[in-house]
Amino acid sequence: MQFDIKTTEKKNTALVQVQGEVDMYSSPSLRDTLARLFKNNITAVVVDLTNVSFMDSSGIATLVEGLQWSKKQKRHFILAGLGDTVYNALSLTKLDNVFTIHENVHQAFEAVTKKNMKES
Amino acid sequence: MVLFVNLTPRYEQMHICRGIIVDTPEPVGYLCPMIRVENLVKTYGRIVACNNVSCRLEEKKVTVILGGSGSGKSTLLRQVTGLEKPDSGSVFFDGMDLTCATKKALYEKRKKMGMLFQGSALFNYLTIFENIAFPLREHTKIADNVIKNIVTMKLEMVGLRGTEHLMPSQLSGGMMKRVGLARAIVMDPKVIFYDEPTSGLDPISTGVIGKLIKDLNTKLGITSVVVSHDIASSFKIADNIIILYYGDIIAQGTVAQIQNSTDERVVQFVTGAPEGPISFTRTDASYIDALLTDNDKTTGKML
Repeated sequence: MQFDIKTTEKKNTALVQVQGEVDMYSSPSLRDTLARLFKNNITAVVVDLTNVSFMDSSGIATLVEGLQWSKKQKRHFILAGLGDTVYNALSLTKLDNVFTIHENVHQAFEAVTKKNMKES
Repeated sequence: MVLFVNLTPRYEQMHICRGIIVDTPEPVGYLCPMIRVENLVKTYGRIVACNNVSCRLEEKKVTVILGGSGSGKSTLLRQVTGLEKPDSGSVFFDGMDLTCATKKALYEKRKKMGMLFQGSALFNYLTIFENIAFPLREHTKIADNVIKNIVTMKLEMVGLRGTEHLMPSQLSGGMMKRVGLARAIVMDPKVIFYDEPTSGLDPISTGVIGKLIKDLNTKLGITSVVVSHDIASSFKIADNIIILYYGDIIAQGTVAQIQNSTDERVVQFVTGAPEGPISFTRTDASYIDALLTDNDKTTGKML
């Protein structure tokens, strides 16, 4: 599967759909996408990793940077649809408990809606 | 282009080097080898370090190469990684014969390899952070912040987070080895070669490094080739074991096969028995002759 990123926005929440292999060569594209989104007026970023077949350390480190940006700007940063490969990479780097992770995009959006309601 | 002359035996299949990669199909029932060594010979003067060695290092498995000091383990590793050219024989890595690969091709293949050297081989003029970041800066265009995150992740894996600003000279030998390991895995290689990864480490560090090698293999599917003489650690992490004795492979198989071997040399090596067919001395010359006769005549043949 060829690497590709699609972004859409719905109710101040950005959905980033990533597909293919996230490695040293493709992760800068993911970083550019996240950096651009965090400049927008959004309350949450959901990264859909359902179609990611492989993620190396640079991919994980890019997600960590997204998390850093979200903390600084007090926004939500949520990962969804992690397969075994991505989950194993996260657990090996002891980051599986650091990120907010949901099984799928639908659940992630529900969680964002609940959080937004609480905050308002 | 695929050429082959027969299906078996595997080591007799035809290959062509110097730019043409010939990937011969695996016979049914064979696991795919990441690395295939064929009839490898390497000598240093009169010492035969690798004596017509042939072996297969399987993909996504941990293969431990065991042997006493001077048995040819590190020499084999240097040939397999393309750091040295053998006198004869072939080393196929990922479908390419490294023994006749161009420098550029070798450089490209090395991006898929991580190497933990016996002496760690850190740059003594760079901080620990810069040592680990070095391959990323050399081979990628990753942003500095991402590099910082990767280095932090790798240092956490080897238990040395917080040492980023130190120089190698400020670390113990065991800590330097762990930094070397962090650097070896920083590019997420497909295969990692470890030369004595646990020698000189305390028992806890030995356990942590052994678990890390196994985790990298099971969780990320990284092929691992470990040179060691630590039997206990090797049995814990290995899928396959190769035992070398003065340049010859005397046994290869799964951990269970090695543990159940009835070969006297294997039994002596595994149990560490001082008496047995494996000689402790490095020469066949008589000890008494060496003491009592002219030095020039008593050097003997190196084993």
